[in-house]
Amino acid sequence: MNKIFEVPLYAYARSPDQDTSSPVRHKVIVIGAGPIGLAAAIDLAQQGIEVVVLDDNDKVSFGSRAVCYAKRPLEILDRLGCGQPMVDKGVEWNLGKVFFDDRQVYDFNLLPEGGHQRPAFINLQQYYFEEYLVNRVRELQEAGAPIEIRGRNKVEAIGTHPDHVKLEVETPEGSYTVEADWLIACDGAGSPVRSMLGLDFVGRVFEDNFLIADVIMDAGFPTERWFWFDPPFNRGQSALLHKQPDNVWRIDLQLGWDIDKEREKRPENVIPRLKAMLGEDVQFELEWVSIYTFQCRRMEKFRHGRVLFAGDAAHQVSPFGARGANSGLQDTDNLIWKLKLVMEGKAPESLLDSYDMERIHGADENILNSSRSTDFITPKSEMSRILRDAVLDLSEQYEFARPLVNSGRLSVPCTYDGSPLNSADALLDGPARTRPGSPCPDAPLGDEFLLPKLGDKFILLTIDADAPDLIEEEGIEVTRLALSVKDDPTLELKRRYLGDNDSAVYLIRPDQHVAARRPTYDDNQFRHAIRRATGKE
Amino acid sequence: MSDLILTPNINGADDFYAELLAAHEGLDKAQSDALNARLVLVLANQIGDRAILTQAIQAAALKE
Repeated sequence: MNKIFEVPLYAYARSPDQDTSSPVRHKVIVIGAGPIGLAAAIDLAQQGIEVVVLDDNDKVSFGSRAVCYAKRPLEILDRLGCGQPMVDKGVEWNLGKVFFDDRQVYDFNLLPEGGHQRPAFINLQQYYFEEYLVNRVRELQEAGAPIEIRGRNKVEAIGTHPDHVKLEVETPEGSYTVEADWLIACDGAGSPVRSMLGLDFVGRVFEDNFLIADVIMDAGFPTERWFWFDPPFNRGQSALLHKQPDNVWRIDLQLGWDIDKEREKRPENVIPRLKAMLGEDVQFELEWVSIYTFQCRRMEKFRHGRVLFAGDAAHQVSPFGARGANSGLQDTDNLIWKLKLVMEGKAPESLLDSYDMERIHGADENILNSSRSTDFITPKSEMSRILRDAVLDLSEQYEFARPLVNSGRLSVPCTYDGSPLNSADALLDGPARTRPGSPCPDAPLGDEFLLPKLGDKFILLTIDADAPDLIEEEGIEVTRLALSVKDDPTLELKRRYLGDNDSAVYLIRPDQHVAARRPTYDDNQFRHAIRRATGKE
Repeated sequence: MSDLILTPNINGADDFYAELLAAHEGLDKAQSDALNARLVLVLANQIGDRAILTQAIQAAALKE
């Protein structure tokens, strides 16, 4: 049986665009059919905006690659119609163990907060994720949505103009020219688009190599994240074992800087390392092996006129903390509703600059966290190693040291504090987690949940407060969602959105972030907040 | 906000100092470095207050 990553899912087919005398102009072209490019395209198509995805390949990614998906990205994928297959197939986990030298120093339970529809984390091979996204594209196409993926369409040159972008595209049947009003570049860390436009990508290179292997085995290891610091089977380095669906285990082994990559990748060198880690008796089969080095860097700006960068093309982090694919999905979640309003003439083009501002804030937070994890895992000086080892030795006996152990701070969504789209917080002593700029936390509503009722458009969430059912302000429609604390007997809705207040009114953006909140509805103030949230003030 | 104490604050200073030296007796350099590192972390946790810890790090750096 062929693995999904061996099957062409969007094989090359000749497009009518290749046979026209003058270039066809599309609304949006997305470059890259990886998870971020497909998410961007699905979001656009769902909202009725015509989009073409160009990819130089025709298959999903080979090997597990991004394996850990956090709650917020799953919520975004729910909005895009692919959350359920991810959760159905993925492996949920909450338990972990930390090993130092030859012993376990402690174990932990993430104890995820209750009252959320989605789990804190799932593990899933990236090829499944991409397959579900492609399935969603096909579903949208069948429903008549304006979305197309063109496999083996490689962009060779880009011309940028004030009101459009022109592309030279190479195919198995020669090249053609095509145009778009807007271009979204999701072409990965090595982004050819970035290079073609001569744009910077500045940051810190970590001098280290990691061997990653997908291993198929029926071993009785529990569904836990195991992390080793300085284990006997990989002296002076680290190791990670994580479960994926289909009895596939992901193993990351730190190798150090001065190695021969091709040699290390050979099965005769990989297998003894894995046997030392898993035990001589464990039967396993190698599915995929790769060696990676990583960098923590980002572009100075994610928007360059009509070209918008998202995902790894815009920013790259270390893999510790699952902040790559997870943050890329938050990029497109932030971008697409803004682009839609700008394209429809309902918001000024400058609204797109808030994409830059908000997602650079997110990228910097991710780079900071993942750099700190890397510095703990790979101490850069003798004293940083002494301190790191001291933390680990203490963590075995004393609980206080465990929060200092850093094998990756798992991805959480960022709050856009200080964003020009936020209105000042007017809910006195309201919960900090729902202050303007925050991603809305989910809450149970009897048999249902809050978040599926938000998204795609502006919502006025009223909790035990009066307000009009529909507000229209300069072309922006805001629909009311009227709730009461009585809708949630567990009182999570009250704890997360009211605090000690008796009522609250929230203006919520299409990406489910809070734009403004007040104890009651005030027509003038909320109209002001809508204008602010759409870049008009 | 409280301030880092930089005036004498240890009762029986000589006893404390002797105890600290005694803890290092018989250890080689690597073991002593490790002990010091663990001690710093234990003491830091006892202080807890982030502002005080920042002041302590600055004070120990001997940079005015």
